[in-house]
Amino acid sequence: MTAAAETQAVERRQHSLTLYAGAVLVGIHVVIALLTLVWLPYDPSAMAGGRLEPPSWLHWVGTDRLGRDLFTQLMIGSRIALMVGVGAVAIGAVIGVTLGLLAAFASRWLDDALAATLDILIAFPTLLIAMLVVAASDTASLSTAIVALGIALSAIVARLTRILAKRVLLMDYITAARTSGTSWLGIVLIHVLPNIWPTLSVNFALQFGLAVIAEASLSYLGLGAPPPNASWGRLLQEAQGTVYTAPIGAIAPGVALVSLVIGMNLLADGLREAIDPTRQAR
Amino acid sequence: MNHRRRKGRWFRSNVGAMILGVLSEATVILAYTLRRTAILLVSLLIAATVLFVLLRLLPGDPANALLGVGATQEQIAAARAQVGSDQPLSVQFVSFLGNIARLDLGTSFVSRAPVLAEIGNRMAVTLPLTLIGFALALLFAIPLGIIAAVRSDRWYGAAISVVSQLGIAIPVFWVGILLVWVFAINLRWLPSGGFPLRGWSSWQEAATGMVLPALTIGLVMGASLLRYVRAATLDVLGSDFLRTARALGSSFPEALFRHGIRNGAVPVVSILGIELASTFLGAVVIERVFSLPGLGSMLLLAIQQRDYPNVQGVLFVSTLLVLLIGFAADIAQRLIDPRLRGRVQP
Repeated sequence: MTAAAETQAVERRQHSLTLYAGAVLVGIHVVIALLTLVWLPYDPSAMAGGRLEPPSWLHWVGTDRLGRDLFTQLMIGSRIALMVGVGAVAIGAVIGVTLGLLAAFASRWLDDALAATLDILIAFPTLLIAMLVVAASDTASLSTAIVALGIALSAIVARLTRILAKRVLLMDYITAARTSGTSWLGIVLIHVLPNIWPTLSVNFALQFGLAVIAEASLSYLGLGAPPPNASWGRLLQEAQGTVYTAPIGAIAPGVALVSLVIGMNLLADGLREAIDPTRQAR
Repeated sequence: MNHRRRKGRWFRSNVGAMILGVLSEATVILAYTLRRTAILLVSLLIAATVLFVLLRLLPGDPANALLGVGATQEQIAAARAQVGSDQPLSVQFVSFLGNIARLDLGTSFVSRAPVLAEIGNRMAVTLPLTLIGFALALLFAIPLGIIAAVRSDRWYGAAISVVSQLGIAIPVFWVGILLVWVFAINLRWLPSGGFPLRGWSSWQEAATGMVLPALTIGLVMGASLLRYVRAATLDVLGSDFLRTARALGSSFPEALFRHGIRNGAVPVVSILGIELASTFLGAVVIERVFSLPGLGSMLLLAIQQRDYPNVQGVLFVSTLLVLLIGFAADIAQRLIDPRLRGRVQP
């Protein structure tokens, strides 16, 4: 009894640790992103020092091959990444959950049609859709990338929602709710959404990461938002050629990106364990 | 109740029931496969339509890609006739569908080579890369994912989870850059990229060129898969059926392997299809990191050069492959989980 209580206490401490670690990591990026709106250490597009300088007190992570301060560019990268992640996930979640629930509840014919459409949308994945959109619009902008990523993510969310909702709909309590006359909307709100929400919200955090990574990939391929929007992906692409002489330039943007994505994942894990009663009981 | 008294009749009727049962199972699967095939065909049609619309939405006339700056009116007209963009859209659409149905993907604007042949050449790089990378990912993910779930109370179970967290947060191209930095630049064990001009006929060179890219894919995809395997195993571990099996006297490994794998595999298989598809399409980025002449670099080049037939061809073939993978994953799910064969009636 006491041992069990102790394990539970330890587990709860671990959960809150996950939550705090995630909150701190994401919080740092949010603060930096807000800071870039009012203050930057250097002009991001001006030569602030020598070329490929190693880290120093003046330039915390050195300079790039044009002598621009890398830390300034990393800071701007935080802002861009947050905008991409939040925007794309919001668009993806609204479209995806609606479509997925619709498919799960729909008649067989409509379900098949929606499932097929989702398959096609997934067949044109995040990166390809964004590549096409960017190639099509001569003026590549951040908002086109965000919308493209959001639409691409919505297919994944919808597919997951559909599968999860269908599993819930097979349960006996759904039959009970139906026979007792609960409406379609009632079943969704009372039974389906609360049951699938923990899995979905964890998935949203993963989608946030996917969106940030996809945008970085796009920029890495040279198809991202143009300068002075220093996306981490473009920084990495520029630094790849000089990785032999200045490895810090090829490492720092990656660390920044990974810390944001991991922070988001930890935050989601912590929240899930705080919200989901079935996991707490275990 | 009569058959209970006579062993022979009981046996016969039971075999009959079994045969009937197997037959009806097979019929259900077959019916699903047929229906899913119809969906696949419709999907292909829709995909082709989407592709057509997308590519026609691109600004400018495809014929412009054939011409330099300052082409004369006659040259433009000739190019339009050659490309077919002077025809009404409906005519273009029908001929586009006809060509695709015959797998005639046209010829490149830039190199004048048949698109399908070029795709075939590029596949010789992309397909092995994808398959080896994916095999490595499975090799990492399945055992480690199960260990991470079953031994989540030990340090190594926790360590696996933490490392997999790291793995899914890392963009694949950064892993590639880091591997190049470590293994090609610092240790000088492997080439930093490139592929022999003669392809697989100089197979040793080709194989060493594949090691780092495939490892990159394997690590990143493996970490992402591991999370799903771990989550599925955790669900199984907390399930009533496992507790019941244990209560009925199965040992823990026996209960896990007899009841757990099949239950846990269902969500994992649906993810596998998506992951395999995204591995294949993620090759675009990997090929860029290691300068491999695969399908991805073909697409990237074609987009930059506005080489419409190549863009269209690569997108169509990738879509076809991705749809086929989804098809296979859906059937596999039905084979594993009989509960999914029946449908939810609204």
